[in-house]
Amino acid sequence: MSEDRKLEGRKIRIRVPVLARVEGEGALDLSIENGMLSELRLEIYEPPRFFEQFLIGNPAQDVIDRVARICGICPVAYQMSAVQALEAIYGVEPSLWAQAMRRVMYCGEWLQSHSLHIHLLAAPDFFGVNSAAELARLDAHAVRRGLRLQGLGNALIALFGGRSVHPVGVRVGGFHSAPSLVDVSAVTERLREARTEADELLRWVASWSLPDDNQDFTSLALRHPGEYPILRGRLVSDAGHDLPIDQFDTHMREFQAPHSTALHALLDDKPYLVGPLARLNLNADCLPDELRALLAEVGLELPSRNMFHSALARAAEIWLAVNEALSILQDYAVPDSPYVEHQPCEGEGVGCTEAPRGVLWHRYTTDANGNVKTARIVPPTSQNQARIEDDLRQSLLRLGLDKPEDELRLHGEKVIRNYDPCISCATHFLRLRVVRS
Amino acid sequence: MATSKPSIAVHKFSSCDGCQLAFLNLGEDLLQLMELVDVRHFAEAGILDEEADVDIAFVEGSLSTPQDLERIQQVRAHAKYLITIGACATAGGLQALRNLADAKEWVAAVYAQPEYIASLDKVQPIRAAVPVDFELWGCPVNGRQVVAAVRALLFGVAPIDAKDKVCMECKRQQAVCVMVARGEACLGPVTRTGCGALCPSFGRACYGCYGAAENANAVSLGMRMQGLGLPAEQIAQHFETTTNQSPLFAQATARWRGQHG
Ligand code: SF4
Ligand code: SF4
Repeated sequence: MSEDRKLEGRKIRIRVPVLARVEGEGALDLSIENGMLSELRLEIYEPPRFFEQFLIGNPAQDVIDRVARICGICPVAYQMSAVQALEAIYGVEPSLWAQAMRRVMYCGEWLQSHSLHIHLLAAPDFFGVNSAAELARLDAHAVRRGLRLQGLGNALIALFGGRSVHPVGVRVGGFHSAPSLVDVSAVTERLREARTEADELLRWVASWSLPDDNQDFTSLALRHPGEYPILRGRLVSDAGHDLPIDQFDTHMREFQAPHSTALHALLDDKPYLVGPLARLNLNADCLPDELRALLAEVGLELPSRNMFHSALARAAEIWLAVNEALSILQDYAVPDSPYVEHQPCEGEGVGCTEAPRGVLWHRYTTDANGNVKTARIVPPTSQNQARIEDDLRQSLLRLGLDKPEDELRLHGEKVIRNYDPCISCATHFLRLRVVRS
Repeated sequence: MATSKPSIAVHKFSSCDGCQLAFLNLGEDLLQLMELVDVRHFAEAGILDEEADVDIAFVEGSLSTPQDLERIQQVRAHAKYLITIGACATAGGLQALRNLADAKEWVAAVYAQPEYIASLDKVQPIRAAVPVDFELWGCPVNGRQVVAAVRALLFGVAPIDAKDKVCMECKRQQAVCVMVARGEACLGPVTRTGCGALCPSFGRACYGCYGAAENANAVSLGMRMQGLGLPAEQIAQHFETTTNQSPLFAQATARWRGQHG
């Protein structure tokens, strides 16, 4: 009763115009009227960059080079989903060597992106500081370890692509060139040393006081027998979906919300989660025993309904990426050829891989020369957007709408950052219908 | 003492965030840099003060909304030096390809949809709106470039401008020429160096991500591509790179598109 009276007539509007520590530009808008949440929106206001339009008329290599420019933090994911779709169209299957090396390169991106998120973007929230530089004054060891792991991820990508942002090595049929034994050994050595650091990192994240906020949500991720999903599998959810990747769009629908330049996606008309926690929830049985034991030891029970376990899920995937890359590269041999030949042709194909932030789905059609006729890209952040808004609504209610504005704002930001939203990715896909006469 | 440190800001406009990563990917050197300079604004790194006066403002991304035009004026007003980082800020970036398309048609399509998306007719590099003190090319720029720029300015000297062409770098590395050996249409002869001839060293053609080199001859490269048997449209496509608004590349595109039409 008294609660109600206190809230009576209180109208606050919170606007956080530039969200710090997220990739890209976004804002959070909250209105509370008489103790009720009258408005909540995660506003994404990056101008659309129309990327899908820039793919039309272009040959495969240009598509691979261009889609990378959608996101500097996960260019490998874009290149891999694209090349997979194009290979499906041209009917070419990369060698087992190339498939394994793509997995290693992708591990590099998980390692880089997750370390960046944990240390530079998320951790400050849990230590009451604003930035990683401030955090480094409290715990230099942890921040340095994180930056080293991030650097190792970058090195893995550069091994196959020359550089970690917009690498140049991927082509239809495999890679343009194969790294030398010497270069591989140097990275392998670093991976060996990083195993202990990955262990320590996971324990460190487990020691954060993560809020306990169980919620109801649907997880969606790739799943492939016997391996933790990165580059292949069927799309599975804990709401009973089990789809081949080319049928995803029979259940997933995108629409444009009026407050955002990014499209939102729903799965059978409901919000859903993609990303590290969704992957872990659906694929815990595919983890190596050692990692499973470690997660049990730090007290993570899977599947988890606590969204804040995403941080722990990222740490687990860092552990996985380090160990997986090491075990694949251990028996590295330079192949006869890094790619198989192909003939570009007309067709339609779908590619779907697990970007650091979750399912990244591409579909292309090509003309007789194999050049792109139509392109459609569904990135993880637009898929998570409805879930983020749902989460915000629930978490803020649980926190108590009578809390001071600063606290509401901080908590809201923390909830959003926990998803590691990549606003650059999400806004590059405003689709246009151009009627030519 | 702390106040006497030189200050920097990192601002973002329309981009993929890849050039800011040149800072965030410095590894442990990032912590050192943050000790040497006072970082006043860098949203992605959690440091927010857009209006702070700084010695150097690094700007990533291109201008594509009316709000961008206002914001860049603010950035300029608060910075002693303004350095653009990357192809988006320096030449518009890949998204400037929309300038080559029938921009009106696209923009109309946007306005026909929701009212809240404001968009300029053309995507512009930073230089189109405010004076720029130094431009760093690359898509993306790399850590060496940004650190060298900070260092040079801290010591009060102008950063060194890379003027050579990728082609020269290839020769220095004695890499196999992909154009001669495989007949591939390589932009190395007209692209500025800075990447270390990455693509040719991977056995593939350069696609010009560091922008047009000075004194480069795009006309003769286009003729050479024609000699390799490429139709005009494909030659034009080769110049439609992430740095398509480099004047040289823009001219080359127009020239070969013209012949096509
Ligand atoms: S220049 Fe390239 S790497 Fe840099 S922000 Fe633009 S698209 Fe990204
Ligand atoms: S496209 Fe050219 S400039 Fe860019 S990395 Fe490759 S070789 Fe270097």
